[in-house]
Amino acid sequence: MIGDSMRMVKLGLKSLMLHKLRSCLTTAGILFGVASVIAMLAVGEGASAETLKQYRDMGVTNVLLRSQKPEETQSSSSSSMMSTLSYGLFYQEADRIQNLLPQATVVRVREFLRPVMRGENWGQSMILGTEVNFLEVTNMKVHEGRWLTDLDLQRQANVCVLGERLSRMLFPLENPIGKTILVGIEDRFEVIGVLDYQGRAASPNGTTLDQCAFIPMSSSRRRFGDTVRNPLINRWEQVELHEIKVKLPSTEEVEGAAAVLEAMLARDEVHRSKKDTEVTVPLELLRKAEATERMFNLVLAVIASISLLVGGIGIMNVMLATVTERTREIGIRRALGAKKKHIVQQFLVEAGVLSALGGLVGVGLGVLVPYFIEHYFKQPTDIQAPHVVLAFGISAVVGVVFGLYPAWRAANMDPVEALRHE
Amino acid sequence: MSQPADRPIIAEFVDVHRHYVMGKNVVKALNGVSMQVKKGDYLAIMGRSGSGKSTMLNILGALDRPTTGEYRVGGRDVSGLDDNALSDVRGREIGFIFQSFNLIPQLTVLENLEVPLFYQGRVGKESRAKAEYLAERVGLGKRLEHRPLELSGGQQQRVAIARALMNDPLFLLADEATGNLDSNTEQEILNLFDDLRPDGVTIVVVTHNPKVAERADHTLWLKDGQVEKLVDNRLAGTAHGGHP
Repeated sequence: MIGDSMRMVKLGLKSLMLHKLRSCLTTAGILFGVASVIAMLAVGEGASAETLKQYRDMGVTNVLLRSQKPEETQSSSSSSMMSTLSYGLFYQEADRIQNLLPQATVVRVREFLRPVMRGENWGQSMILGTEVNFLEVTNMKVHEGRWLTDLDLQRQANVCVLGERLSRMLFPLENPIGKTILVGIEDRFEVIGVLDYQGRAASPNGTTLDQCAFIPMSSSRRRFGDTVRNPLINRWEQVELHEIKVKLPSTEEVEGAAAVLEAMLARDEVHRSKKDTEVTVPLELLRKAEATERMFNLVLAVIASISLLVGGIGIMNVMLATVTERTREIGIRRALGAKKKHIVQQFLVEAGVLSALGGLVGVGLGVLVPYFIEHYFKQPTDIQAPHVVLAFGISAVVGVVFGLYPAWRAANMDPVEALRHE
Repeated sequence: MSQPADRPIIAEFVDVHRHYVMGKNVVKALNGVSMQVKKGDYLAIMGRSGSGKSTMLNILGALDRPTTGEYRVGGRDVSGLDDNALSDVRGREIGFIFQSFNLIPQLTVLENLEVPLFYQGRVGKESRAKAEYLAERVGLGKRLEHRPLELSGGQQQRVAIARALMNDPLFLLADEATGNLDSNTEQEILNLFDDLRPDGVTIVVVTHNPKVAERADHTLWLKDGQVEKLVDNRLAGTAHGGHP
């Protein structure tokens, strides 16, 4: 049985070799179809995977309230050059949110950039003043040492937990636990813990958690205050909280909670007039991005189908020509005892071999192209095995489907007529 | 008669008619033909063009069916069989030899020889051994790996004859088997037919060439779709009919 199949494939190849150029050109139709499908899907996946990951990293059960600098009018910016710009979320608002959503975990975050130093190693780092719940809300694990405790917050202790990258930068050789780092000009903090590597950002601000240092919120207020100089516009800004993270118990509650929070901010006179807050719902963004991705994939599928259809038509065309050319061979085979099904098989195998060869080379090309795109254009790509299998499978099916009619025509020739054919 | 008289009948026409409808006209290509081929026979079928020769060849070869009447192969009436069953009859019982050799050009000699067995699902070591034996038998020597176009006409026809013998058919059916060959090669092929006869091979040749026909034991003359006469060629140069 297997021997016979091998024989048929070998025979098919031999017959295709009769017209090498023609077979190659036909194969090329399928080849480019398959290659473009795989390459396009890989590029699409790569692009959307990046976005989807970013949203997932923020936490799909979280709602993020962020302070944002209000847009200034010309007059106000020029007249208040020397004054302090005050905007954003307030400390008490976190408590109001907790009252409105008792099931939620609410955590306050202050963010500011400070130089950090340990011996000769130093760099600019994002310092997050936060609370105990932060670890749970951002779904992180402590690698070594411990996380902040309520006691640290009560005491306004000078302790900090380091992100993995920051820890490595400051302590390339020694164990950081129990050591002291310098934050800013004069504040010393004891390192009490180091986090697992995260490779992600928890907020739309984009800094990865690995590059942050985490200190108790209370300590941050006491040491650094609420007023920060913004070096970009050379102004003092007063912001109490940069972010309030609200974690809901399940994704089902996210939408409702987001609506409650939006309403809360909209009712607030100050926030409404200044437009200094923003609600980010990662789940919503994720869903939108997923919908976009589905749409994109659908469009790709349509384009792919069209290109494979064109390839299939090419195959049918060539097979019809082949069948006509080899009418006499068909007659001979019928005279020697071939049944109709044998003739159908023979030409289907030929069409199948033609398109499967195209599919095979197409897979190779389709895998190479994203590799080059990634290498030379620094564009992330993601080749997924199911896509490769699908593209190759479709190419083989196309060969068989478009080979059916020519094969059927070959099988239904009158053997007497076929033998007489010159 | 060299053979015993109780040889089995392997192919038999019983009042075979074959009518073609051409527009409003009905062409009666065969109009009541009855004949028999016994095992070991060497029969030539002759007639002018339009006599029904080709039609008779097609029915003998199970490529076509009679409109009415019976065609028996090995005692079985095959005139009512469907396409599949007729293919099996061709594949198992009949060995075709064509005027233009009809080898498949992209296949080697060995592969060409194996074609009939392939459709019976009988390709393997034995088929190769048999192909080698038959190639030797028809005088091809060791040219199994050659392509048909690398061979001379006579050699190609030898391949075709070997191919026709591969399935141990009840009879060989040759259609102008020497029509494309020069007279020397023609003689070689006809001598090969004679050589094969001691093996018990039955041969039916359809031809318009008297030189080919006279090498057969008998000649069946067709005229207007009917048997005109059956001549025993072994009775020197005379033309009286009568069944052997």
